[in-house]
Amino acid sequence: MKYIQEYRKPEIQKRIIEEIQKYGFKLRKKINIMEVCGTHTMAIGKYGIRKVMPENINLISGPGCPVCVTPSNYMDKAIELSKIKDVILTTFGDMMKVPGSYSSLERERSKGSKIFVVYSPFDALQIAEKNKSKKIIFLSVGFETTTPSIAQTLKIAKAKKIENFFILCGNKIMPPTMEFLLKEKDTEIDGFICPGHVSTVIGTEPYKKIVEKYNIPCVISGFEPVDILYTIYLILKCIIEGKAEVINEYKRTVREKGNPKAREVINEVFDLCDTEWRGIGLIENSGFKLKEEFSQFDAERKFKINITYSKEKTGCICGEILKGKKKPFDCPLFEKVCNPENPLGPCMVSSEGTCAAYYKYEKR
Amino acid sequence: MCLGIPMKVEKVMGEFAIVSLGKVKRKVNISFIENVKKGDYLIIHVGFAIEKLNKKEAEETIKIIKQIK
Repeated sequence: MKYIQEYRKPEIQKRIIEEIQKYGFKLRKKINIMEVCGTHTMAIGKYGIRKVMPENINLISGPGCPVCVTPSNYMDKAIELSKIKDVILTTFGDMMKVPGSYSSLERERSKGSKIFVVYSPFDALQIAEKNKSKKIIFLSVGFETTTPSIAQTLKIAKAKKIENFFILCGNKIMPPTMEFLLKEKDTEIDGFICPGHVSTVIGTEPYKKIVEKYNIPCVISGFEPVDILYTIYLILKCIIEGKAEVINEYKRTVREKGNPKAREVINEVFDLCDTEWRGIGLIENSGFKLKEEFSQFDAERKFKINITYSKEKTGCICGEILKGKKKPFDCPLFEKVCNPENPLGPCMVSSEGTCAAYYKYEKR
Repeated sequence: MCLGIPMKVEKVMGEFAIVSLGKVKRKVNISFIENVKKGDYLIIHVGFAIEKLNKKEAEETIKIIKQIK
């Protein structure tokens, strides 16, 4: 497609890299640029962008993968739900290997639990319509990009009076967590590569608060190599010129006001709440819970599961990696013990996790 | 997980549309997008269109990028 090919042209990439090199030389000091979207993490690795950066330009990955930040406690609940008679658990594929305290969905499926991988929440709803004698639970995870689709699916379920469909809500939003990271000790972030498809829904407004409060540039980026390189160029340009602003590089998809229709549907179905991010902790108003009018779809309320104790894997430094404080190479388990065949931490489990990206694309 | 794929609209059917990418065809929900027409490119995520690709902006951005110095 023309609109993709143009953003992959080697001669344009080369031109931007030359400018980034010049800016790197001009700046001299170390600059940390964080991306907070798993698709950016993978694209940076896949297109070798880290390798063409000047030595002082450091690209760090933040908590941009919703699967990686889903806590053990959520997985423990999902596993308990999968054991209930007549329950069919439905989930995005990436969640299958995510470790809970003692097991994973993949392991439970091999023991006989009914767990189906779906592409869309709407597919899960269709399974519910075709299996009226079963109870279908969808593992509802994802950021602002995914949440409208789940909200719309619940609206359809309500309109059709489908009574055997439920969700385990674990949806999260990104801007409060970006702010949380900026307040952390030892985390130095000089600029954000903002998530392209999250911004399609939320627009540019939520980043303005971050820019004003913390005086750092936020550039919304597309996912092609030219997009990401140009975004890095714009962040460096802002730093050199002493400016902090929100720039939308991904205008072909992100409107200033985002997608109001998608946000409206989210607001009809969900309320904001405090939520736990794996490896990071509880962040105020960074998650969603079902509104009272939609509580009939709440799997936790319907099935009353009781998880009293959850634990994270020991020895794994995914928490520090998700905060951008450490890199996968700093982890003693990386490659040797923890790898895509035998993932111990969530950043290796998810195909868009930082450790998975480093394992596949980066060299020490 | 926030992967969005631009796919071309083949047919509009109320709240749904048939979209294609190469030989892949899919029925997707288009309720978040206004005035979807055959030939539009939509960004598809988990079976839902989350935005329409703006061809003019795509051309404009690449034009600006080509002019950096």
